[in-house]
Amino acid sequence: MDSTGIHAALRGRFDTAVGELAPGPFEASIEVDASVIEAVCTFLRDEEGLEFANLSNLSGADYPELERIQAVYSLFSYKQRHSITLRVNADRAAPVIPTVEAVWPAANWLEREIFDLLGVEFSGHCDLRRILLPEDWVGYPLRKDYEEQPDYHGISTVRESLLTMKRD
Amino acid sequence: MSVELEVHDSQGLATEEMTLNMGPQHPSTHGVLRFIVKADGEVMRRAIPDIGYLHRSIEKIAEKVGWHGFMPYTDRVDYVAAMACNQGWAMAAERLADIEVPRRGEYCRVIAAELSRICSHLLGVGAMGMDLGAITPFTHAIREREMIMDLIEELCGARLTFNYMRIGGVAWDLPHGYVEKVSHYLDHFEPVIEEFNQLLGLNRIYVKRLADVATVDADMAIAWGLVGPNLRGSGVDFDVRRDIPYSVYEDFDFDVPVGSGEMGTTGDCWDRYIVRIREMDESMRILRQALAGIPEGPVIARVPRNFKPPVGDVHVKIEAPRGEQSWYVSSDGSEYPHRVHIRTGSFTAMGIIDRLSRGLMIADLVAVIASMDIVAPEVDR
Amino acid sequence: MSLINSAPEMVLTSTVDQVLNWTRKSSLWYMLFGLACCAIEMMHTGGPRADLDRFGMAPRATPRVSDLMIIAGTLTLKMALRTRVLYEQMPDPKYVVSMGSCSNCGGLFQYAYSVCDGVDKVIPVDVYVPGCPPRPEALTEGLIMLQKKIMQEKWITRSSDTPRLGGPVGERA
Repeated sequence: MDSTGIHAALRGRFDTAVGELAPGPFEASIEVDASVIEAVCTFLRDEEGLEFANLSNLSGADYPELERIQAVYSLFSYKQRHSITLRVNADRAAPVIPTVEAVWPAANWLEREIFDLLGVEFSGHCDLRRILLPEDWVGYPLRKDYEEQPDYHGISTVRESLLTMKRD
Repeated sequence: MSVELEVHDSQGLATEEMTLNMGPQHPSTHGVLRFIVKADGEVMRRAIPDIGYLHRSIEKIAEKVGWHGFMPYTDRVDYVAAMACNQGWAMAAERLADIEVPRRGEYCRVIAAELSRICSHLLGVGAMGMDLGAITPFTHAIREREMIMDLIEELCGARLTFNYMRIGGVAWDLPHGYVEKVSHYLDHFEPVIEEFNQLLGLNRIYVKRLADVATVDADMAIAWGLVGPNLRGSGVDFDVRRDIPYSVYEDFDFDVPVGSGEMGTTGDCWDRYIVRIREMDESMRILRQALAGIPEGPVIARVPRNFKPPVGDVHVKIEAPRGEQSWYVSSDGSEYPHRVHIRTGSFTAMGIIDRLSRGLMIADLVAVIASMDIVAPEVDR
Repeated sequence: MSLINSAPEMVLTSTVDQVLNWTRKSSLWYMLFGLACCAIEMMHTGGPRADLDRFGMAPRATPRVSDLMIIAGTLTLKMALRTRVLYEQMPDPKYVVSMGSCSNCGGLFQYAYSVCDGVDKVIPVDVYVPGCPPRPEALTEGLIMLQKKIMQEKWITRSSDTPRLGGPVGERA
């Protein structure tokens, strides 16, 4: 099924909680309200003809100028061989998105990764801890305004170099 | 090691749950991984992976170094098969900036990527033997790897971190006489796979250690997001190269090996092993066809040094040796990517280990890690 | 002098230091401590072509029986604390080879937020091998340099608390 058909099916079930189909310059995507994301995902997984049994990617991106953090769900169906991209926006000051761990167990670690690097809280997640960085790390490094701490357990992180990685 | 007191009455007997630490330093080839094993005697209740010991902030670096500058970093995402990561990044940037790669460039990419795949699977199956106590197959694998590395070195000057591909094509054309050299090597390599099977794959001890261990059925594999050989080991007939074709893979005729439970149940550790062995055969088939059919022409398109792709984001999927890599690349219209996220095969494979380890013996944990062919930097990036 | 002249031909005379150093340099057991990309090259160095066994070097799984720690790869901050623990677990005399740009100075990843730029911030290093990753030949050369360094040691005065001879010494842990 193409993205228009998938969007029509979603609209029929969830009405305006599901946004317009955004054709995008590269891939069509659908914006979904955070409150219904778990229901939308369950529907997409279980509905005959859709059968998105696989969450192939879950990424997050920080948009400071828009005051939001966006989670991008890329779903794939091995049975129907089609894919769709869902977007969920969260408020950057206190980003909360319901977890979809119950729909696809693969989401467990992907959500933990986003929590670790971008600080999005996935409500209802069974084990929301830092995954890549140590438990006592300060800050969310993939946010655009991340400031590094000067040291970690006595190991200095000040780089003695004139070069700088910052964009001018 | 700490011991927690806990009453456990499987047969009316009280036992204690032990918490064992495994790693991050351990004598295996998979890099720095750590498991917290909750064991009841020799039987594991859980093995909780603790990752991130090799988190090198590659995704953050991508936002700072620009489109071309990120290529050497992709080598380090999966150093065992750097060509695949090169290709993933190049393809994502090309799709964003709408760049077409010349056909000879695509053929060079396929040749390099398939050589790299053989190299990676060799390390995978060799290390699997070593983890289970057989060190000889590992030295055989290293011997073959050295020869392939020589070939790749001739192509791009590096043994491990190739930095061969560029956005728009590849950095260098094939050197003089390269086609003959690779064909000659493939003639040598073909019987080696058989040797490997005799030495390792059909060895009774090896089969006993792997068959029926940590079975993953097809539905579970899909729901947990397993990809590549791990997914095919569970009997799912899917290969990105064939089903969502990219590059010039449509030109080639090759089979997709799928696990069928020859030594036990479909989706056990042995199936994941044999899928890798058979994939090397298929890679050789692709290589022979690519070497025979490589067209003349340029290898790289004209790409400006500072190009600015339009605003938007793409998902690019490629079939890396450790399974489908999904690249999410978002552009804000500047000379730097806005966000790069790589969902790698090892990451999801690592995620399922907690679930798989329940009820297994402690010694089987090593077999599970090895059969999933996990490489730490791919998990942590 | 008279002793040397009167001893039979099959007797060699030497100093205690030299004999101890010779035995030590000829059986350097290295700990398998692969961190990142360099680990693969380290395995290749131990493999059939470069063959570290000819120097009497054998891989060991645990720090408690190792003489040499080859830091092969990027040292992240999360791993740095563990590396220090591992180093402390090794018995004296112990040596450290820093293999590759990442463990020398951070290399490609020196500006990354999660990477410790240089293993010598955490433990002292004897030999630095440059390269990203170094070829097996380069690592072999580094190990031969370490052997030369071991040959110069004065056994009576040496301990891990005093600076070593003829090499850069990082900050003490």
